[in-house]
Amino acid sequence: MDILASDFQQDFFRLFDLPLRFQLDTTLLEQRYRALQAQFHPDKFAHLSESEQRQSMQWSTRINEGYQTLRNPLNRARYLLALHGVDTQEESNTSMPTDFLMQQMEWREALAEGRQAQDITVLGEMEQRMQHMRRALEQELARDLDDAHDYAAASGIVRKLKFLEKLGEEISSAFDEIDS
Amino acid sequence: MALLQIAEPGLSAAPHQHRLAVGIDLGTTNSLVATVRNGISTVLNDIQGGALLPSVVRYAADGSVQVGHEAQAVQSDDPHNTIVSVKRFMGRGLKDVGEVGNLPYRFVDAASTGSGQAPGMLQLRTIAGTKSPVEVSAEILKVLRERAELSLGGELVGAVITVPAYFDDAQRQATKDAARLAGLNVLRLLNEPTAAAIAYGLDNASEGVYAVYDLGGGTFDISILRLSRGVFEVLATNGDSALGGDDFDQRIYCWLLEVCGVSLLGAHDTRLLLSHARMAKEQLTDHVQTQITAVLSSGELVDVTLTREAFYAMTQNLVQRTLQATRRALRDAKLTVDDIKGVVMVGGSTRMPQVQSAVGELFKQTPLNNLDPDKVVALGAAIQANVLAGNRSADDWLLLDVIPLSLGLETMGGLVEKVIPRNSTIPSARAQEFTTYKDGQTAMSIHVVQGERELVSDCRSLAQFELRGIPAMVAGSARIRVTFQVDADGLLSVSAREMASGTEASIVVKPSYGLSDEDITRMLKDSTQHARDDMLARALREQQTEAAQLLEAVGNALQQDGDALLDAAAQARIRSSMDALQSVIAGSDHQAIKRALEALNLASTEFAQRRMDKSVKSALAGHKLSELE
Repeated sequence: MDILASDFQQDFFRLFDLPLRFQLDTTLLEQRYRALQAQFHPDKFAHLSESEQRQSMQWSTRINEGYQTLRNPLNRARYLLALHGVDTQEESNTSMPTDFLMQQMEWREALAEGRQAQDITVLGEMEQRMQHMRRALEQELARDLDDAHDYAAASGIVRKLKFLEKLGEEISSAFDEIDS
Repeated sequence: MALLQIAEPGLSAAPHQHRLAVGIDLGTTNSLVATVRNGISTVLNDIQGGALLPSVVRYAADGSVQVGHEAQAVQSDDPHNTIVSVKRFMGRGLKDVGEVGNLPYRFVDAASTGSGQAPGMLQLRTIAGTKSPVEVSAEILKVLRERAELSLGGELVGAVITVPAYFDDAQRQATKDAARLAGLNVLRLLNEPTAAAIAYGLDNASEGVYAVYDLGGGTFDISILRLSRGVFEVLATNGDSALGGDDFDQRIYCWLLEVCGVSLLGAHDTRLLLSHARMAKEQLTDHVQTQITAVLSSGELVDVTLTREAFYAMTQNLVQRTLQATRRALRDAKLTVDDIKGVVMVGGSTRMPQVQSAVGELFKQTPLNNLDPDKVVALGAAIQANVLAGNRSADDWLLLDVIPLSLGLETMGGLVEKVIPRNSTIPSARAQEFTTYKDGQTAMSIHVVQGERELVSDCRSLAQFELRGIPAMVAGSARIRVTFQVDADGLLSVSAREMASGTEASIVVKPSYGLSDEDITRMLKDSTQHARDDMLARALREQQTEAAQLLEAVGNALQQDGDALLDAAAQARIRSSMDALQSVIAGSDHQAIKRALEALNLASTEFAQRRMDKSVKSALAGHKLSELE
């Protein structure tokens, strides 16, 4: 259990040897992820001692966690902010700009209607529009985090992205519902 | 050490000896064992030259057991004691098994044996006593183990056992328990579609995104994998662990009852008609119609014609269910059918023409059938077993698999909070913090569930945990961190710690559908009481094998990194533990070997950790620091 050596606690950017920034080279991330797993995955240790097997599982778990964190832009932003000691207040701060809230309500209504009517086209279009908005927000995040270092603004965008993530989950469960 | 000196002809494994390892496909209908010989994965046949072992087990009054063709031949004559398709009962309660009325068994609901409120895994009453599905499966595995040992001429180092990708934790655990009971060292539980992908992908040096559609005797899996430069990465998986060829048989059976106007058949007739249903299904693969002729025990004659058309109609919604799961997997992988380069068909049930055409239509391409759908899973498992056992393989490849179903916790109001989402790459871990809600509260109960639904009652209960030994504090001030860890077998373990005081809370696990360690120990005793000496001898050999492997591993490690990572005193400590182990290894006291083995494990832990740290650094070496900012 006591393998929490300093190296194990290094942040995920260091683990993958990537610069501490929001904008990241996803191809490089993927390459390094594979290189690390190729070395630490439990399959490579199955014939070795129990303690080596246990440590490989812990490393491999951490590599997976790091990859999930850095690959997903929302998780990555959240993680960067946490490294900077910023709380994104996703539970406590529910204030949102009015136009964003109006848009969300509109989409939610459309989702409910699409669900009711079992209309896959409507859901598909919504997914597209949401994807578009998500990308725009991610560009804003890059500016706030990497250039302006405006962490309060970045936290606001994280909260918006979380809204979209939830909506995305609901859209996909609506797809499942219609297809059953 | 002498046990390991079996070198394969043509394989220059030195200085490592070739370690005997097998892949086992423990199927609903048939089971197989395969191994890598001279670098080629091969299915091992029985003495008659057959590869498939029917997964049928018959118990006799004297306690003897028949497995395979012999048991299959008498299934209609002795339906209560001849267990068919036991895989469907693994890790399952009585209420999970649909159409119980159509199965000729005497089920025992484990709830009646009363261990907590959980329903427990069902059991089967036979003439030789009540049997758990785990014990029945172990009988099948034992036969395969013996077949392998006979054919390879030595003791197995271990086995990779395949499971349906959509198997939940309880079903996986049951499979692992069965292997343990059969005296097998489980190197890994491997998902069946992934095993097929290995056999297929390494054969064809494929690149791109592939779908593996695996319809077996009792289970359906769909996995979406990305194959690139030696990495098999599962992007998403879906399926139904209670949907397979058996259900197609059941449809024919129900249709037979209807057209013949019979009902409430005895166990013999039920099994008889189910066998005829299966034969009819197989006939319809190559013929447009088939005749079903059987004489019931009442003397009544069943003689009807079943056309392909009628068969397709009555099974259409079964095929549809597989397509739904396939679309869900694609959505989870964020892909469309246009992204799929090829669809690999696995499992005997994919021989049905309506399945082939439905899959082809969905993916807009002809499915790939170039490997025998019955054998491909075992062949892939053997390739994986060979690598896991530590035999050098020419091409180095990596497998990244996922958990099929989300893991969560019960929260207020019977709702589920997801802790590890489905399709997370394993191994995976997540921690969750809880607090006490009463002053002085020292215990807390946690309910772990698996599934995608929002209500606890719609998900599968995996275990109830009771945390005890929480230091008494004011309500809300204790911080209990519960960590979920899913290992590379897809199995969950849970640990808990109170963060404020640092106390390790103890956990009492009540697996909802599993067997407790005591159950396993008892079963092991039961099954080996006639052969106790045999068991001791096996334990000794296992310890010797493990000791020899560890000595070799640590010796190599010391040679490579000893001077670089350890001072002289630390090296001497490890060497003295090695000497201690070496001095008992040839003896006959397996306990002494075990103790020395554990001592060496302990003595080399720190060293192993440093080597791991070192290789993390060297894995990334070559990237300059200047790339950092």
